[in-house]
Amino acid sequence: MVTEIITTFIKAFIVGGIICAVAQLLINYTKITPGKILVYFLLAGVLLQAAGIYQFLVDFAGAGATVPISGFGYLLAKGAMDGAKKGLFGALTGGIVSAAAGITAAIVFGFVFALIFKPKSKRN
Amino acid sequence: MADNKTSVVNKAYLAFVSEISPKTNETRSLFNAFAVGGFICVIGQFLRYMLEFVFKIEGDELAGAVSMILIFLSALLTGLGVYDRIGKYAGAGSIVPITGFANSVVAPAMEFRSEGFIYGLAAKMFIIAGPIIVFGVMSSVAVGIIYYITGLI
Amino acid sequence: MGKHTIFFHNAPSIVCTYSAAGKKESEGPIGSLFDYVLEDDYFGEKTFEKAECKMLSTVIEKVIKKSGYRKSDIDALISGDLLNQIVSASFAARDFNIPYIGIYNACSTLTEGLALGATLTDGGYMSDVIVATGSHFSTAERQYRYPLEFGSVRPPQSQWTVTGAGAAIVSRKGKGPKITAATFGKVVDYGVSDANNMGAAMAPAAMDTLITHFNETGRKPDYYDLIVTGDLGALGSRILKHIISQNGYEITDNHVDCGEIIYNIDEKEYQGGSGAGCSAVVFNSYIYRKLKEKELNKVLFSATGALLSTTTTQQGETIPCISHAVALEND
Repeated sequence: MVTEIITTFIKAFIVGGIICAVAQLLINYTKITPGKILVYFLLAGVLLQAAGIYQFLVDFAGAGATVPISGFGYLLAKGAMDGAKKGLFGALTGGIVSAAAGITAAIVFGFVFALIFKPKSKRN
Repeated sequence: MADNKTSVVNKAYLAFVSEISPKTNETRSLFNAFAVGGFICVIGQFLRYMLEFVFKIEGDELAGAVSMILIFLSALLTGLGVYDRIGKYAGAGSIVPITGFANSVVAPAMEFRSEGFIYGLAAKMFIIAGPIIVFGVMSSVAVGIIYYITGLI
Repeated sequence: MGKHTIFFHNAPSIVCTYSAAGKKESEGPIGSLFDYVLEDDYFGEKTFEKAECKMLSTVIEKVIKKSGYRKSDIDALISGDLLNQIVSASFAARDFNIPYIGIYNACSTLTEGLALGATLTDGGYMSDVIVATGSHFSTAERQYRYPLEFGSVRPPQSQWTVTGAGAAIVSRKGKGPKITAATFGKVVDYGVSDANNMGAAMAPAAMDTLITHFNETGRKPDYYDLIVTGDLGALGSRILKHIISQNGYEITDNHVDCGEIIYNIDEKEYQGGSGAGCSAVVFNSYIYRKLKEKELNKVLFSATGALLSTTTTQQGETIPCISHAVALEND
């Protein structure tokens, strides 16, 4: 049990780390901006899941595959695919339903923290 | 149609500029992105175990709850002015995880609060993350429709 | 007299200057020379935009006080900044009952203003004008880049917008270093499109204006004790020295760049300062003092500006740049 937990942590670290390092490679070589990186990795997650591949990565690395934004894409695609089994309505709404937690949290915390905090100037 | 572009791209000059301009330290930036990105995922995995074993949450709820906690932590660090410091060091390592998504929502919300709640905070909240929602929804709908149609056949 | 260069026969002088800058700037190599240092970047205001505006009105008010003039002595205020519709300058001008000439040439606004001020006073149309420009890191970040708290990486070729403002009084009669000539630059675009690499974009504009100035005045680079550029930064300065020497001019020994000397820069992280406030604080403190104390007697000051906006960058446009030069000399 303990060794299993430790290996899962290691796998999460390595897979998550590699996904981020690939993004860094793209930034270094192509000068694409962070906003675009996020969209590309999201779409990559959607495509890989639609092709049935990302699930293996999630089963293997756990949070290492779900925490990066590609995992968000995985969630969207998986939701749509599961929804499609129930009918057309499920196919259309399944993605955003499964991503609801993330989007809700971002909006709520974004709103609340913007009320509490002010941006700070930087010195370096 | 007449070419009305007044500037002439000076190829020799551009080649000289790209040669003399400083480059990002390749190995260090990759290592930082790997280490910080991996570490954030480890935190995610830790939260997964905590919620699973201690709070007995499972399935879709588990994944959602982990995301929410990570987003909360990122929002807090953004508010405290810490997340941009991590970003300076980690590069893609703190942009690509879901915490980077949260940071890209909270940062403009804070920044544009000064232009009011509606046209400032709320309208500008998604200036960076908006495309993620748009392309996320578009692609998931496309995937859903494709699977629906292939399911009919 | 050349096509682009004006000689001022009555040689208006800069009688007084005032500079205000942020904490980061005050910790730089020339930080001790600023007249005023902001405690924090909000400057007691609710927003950074209001702070930038207050910074400009502060330097204008203080330069009047320091010079011993009365407000009513000032015939015009020539001012500009980096924000859309130059709001900081215009809103600052609201506090003064002085005719206001708002100008914009990005980071070369200061030398554009000095050249215009010299023209107005030399021509006898006015006797005393104030030239003031400024910029603020946090307002520029929001307008040109990302929200402050967004965790993006700053590429090493980028520059840091200076939080600061400076004002100078150009006078037909008073005592001080004289503006003897001005060379108005033309817009130059060599096709650089990386908005993070301002130094590389602006260096050709600086070269163009400097060479025009040398040709039309018949002066050589060594005529001047110092040739000052605005905010090319370390990289842009290196590029300028290289391309200008390819054209037969050597400025290696007597060139200094305001962006390069305002911070203790680590070139692996960024190339130096930029913004309309950069040349404003460096000129109105360090350079002016050296002229006044006769450590320098002949200075050519050519600030550079990148005339881009985020819209043009997103539409894939290259960056047009400009540089205006003024020659400053002691009797």
